[in-house]
Amino acid sequence: MAVIRTEKIRFVYGAGTSFEKTALTDVSFEIESGEFVGIIGHTGSGKSTLVQLLNGLLRPTEGTIFLNGKDIWEKPKKIRNIHFKVGMVFQYPEYQLFEETVYKDIAFGPKNMGLDDDEIDQKVRNAARFTGLREELLESSPFELSGGEKRRAAIAGVIAMDPDVLILDEPTAGLDPLGREALLSQIADYHKVRKNTVLLVSHSMEDIARTADKILVMSHGQKVMLDTPEYVFSKVRELEKIGLKVPQITKIMMLLKEKGVNVDPSVLTVEKGLNEILNLLSDANNNCSRL
Amino acid sequence: MKEFIKIDNVYFKYDENDDSDIFALNGINLTIGKGEFIAVVGHNGCGKSTLAKHLNSLYLPTTGDVYVDGINTKDDDRLFEIRKKVGLVLQNPDNQIVAGIVEEDVAFGCENLGIPSDEIRKRVDNALKAVDMYEYRTHSPDKLSGGQKQRVAIAGIIAMEPECIVLDEPTAMLDPQGREEVMSTITRLNKEIGITIVLITHYMEEAAAAGRVVVMDKGNVLLSGKPKEVFSQVELLKRHRLDVPQATELIYKLKNCGCNVPDCVLTEEECAEAVFKLLKEKTSASLSYSQVRKRVK
Repeated sequence: MAVIRTEKIRFVYGAGTSFEKTALTDVSFEIESGEFVGIIGHTGSGKSTLVQLLNGLLRPTEGTIFLNGKDIWEKPKKIRNIHFKVGMVFQYPEYQLFEETVYKDIAFGPKNMGLDDDEIDQKVRNAARFTGLREELLESSPFELSGGEKRRAAIAGVIAMDPDVLILDEPTAGLDPLGREALLSQIADYHKVRKNTVLLVSHSMEDIARTADKILVMSHGQKVMLDTPEYVFSKVRELEKIGLKVPQITKIMMLLKEKGVNVDPSVLTVEKGLNEILNLLSDANNNCSRL
Repeated sequence: MKEFIKIDNVYFKYDENDDSDIFALNGINLTIGKGEFIAVVGHNGCGKSTLAKHLNSLYLPTTGDVYVDGINTKDDDRLFEIRKKVGLVLQNPDNQIVAGIVEEDVAFGCENLGIPSDEIRKRVDNALKAVDMYEYRTHSPDKLSGGQKQRVAIAGIIAMEPECIVLDEPTAMLDPQGREEVMSTITRLNKEIGITIVLITHYMEEAAAAGRVVVMDKGNVLLSGKPKEVFSQVELLKRHRLDVPQATELIYKLKNCGCNVPDCVLTEEECAEAVFKLLKEKTSASLSYSQVRKRVK
């Protein structure tokens, strides 16, 4: 079943003022429950507006957003519940840490949900485990942590609310390559265990290719496509036209294909590319020995 | 190549009262030649940004010295001279834009240097042309894309006519096109105007475009050399939380399988060319399928 469905949403900033700017037009799509969806698009394509609409921080100018089949703005006074169900991790979330201890910071969300202390404790510890925060860090001040740990603590604060849909906006920006990989695989593991829906906004095509089941491509406030990574990254020309790229390994395979080599150009990881080439080499050798 | 920046045995501690022997910069020595394009890479906390801020006197060494074109950065009387020679561009373009109109923002640095206004006019126009943002000169910066804002920030530095630009992760927040715009701008400034470039980045593809790559670890230089020399050390880099471009990794893995490929490639085109040649030479590549599989494992 679709966990999120949007119907012709349009969003205008500063409607009725001289600064009026349409950020989204006619955006309709469905995201199935349990999917890991990557969202890509050039700067200003409407990605951030879209994710803020999905968790009810912004209200569509026109159109409807359904969460589990229900219009999220049916009861505007209850919109807070949508914030709990659709958890949002903003860019550079470590700037939002504020509590005295890491534990209290992670507990802030669940506490506001009105859970009792035992439940809160369980959620905090689970969230810390999912994000790879060591237990002993929970009692330290969030400001004593390293940059990478701070970011994990901030993400844990959202995961602790146990949202049905988790949205992360550029969670790996500014991390070194290993830090990037570690955080991504932790998010992927969390997704696997918790079986919820994850939406990941990123400018790194390599990161998206590695993790997402589907990719939503945005450009100039409109949906361009929502499909599998293999399909999306096979559309090199379309992507380049809207300021995007394919992962480097995919590009290499395409260049080989253009040179007349019989490879599958929809390769998304280095491992797959290597296998593909080794297979070609061994095929060639087998053919040679037969000659 | 004439020496431009000299970092001489520099130790740096953020907190002077800290008695431990952990330094953000740990006895680093590095010389940057005039007109050079160097990329500095290293994991989070290795001291890259701390080093960047030493290059134009924002930070001063706890011990040791930094010289910019022969001037010691500790020489308070010549601070403006140093800042004029070395411009700094930071990660987030939103944090470094100060004016409501693009050309006013670009003029800000020059105004502080007390340059006559008709001269500023000329410099601002030239700087905006150099980063390909001239047609946006009367726009409001907050309506620009990330890549455009970052280019405006670079123009503001160029207008001060520095001899060196230090960029601290200038593309971390940009989309692929914005990244490419910034990269081609700084490459052009280096090649055409001869500005010395120090680029700090986490993107290995960007580092591969530099003339020299410096790898930092624990506040010191771990490795320094031409991109191909540095990126051929795949294992060493991975041990230090770094990575290589996917093109480099693919060729490295093929080499480990016993394939006849170059020691190191950096770009997609080079990689495709190497693989193509390998496949063409398939008759001479005397590897059986089972041998290949074994080596992969």
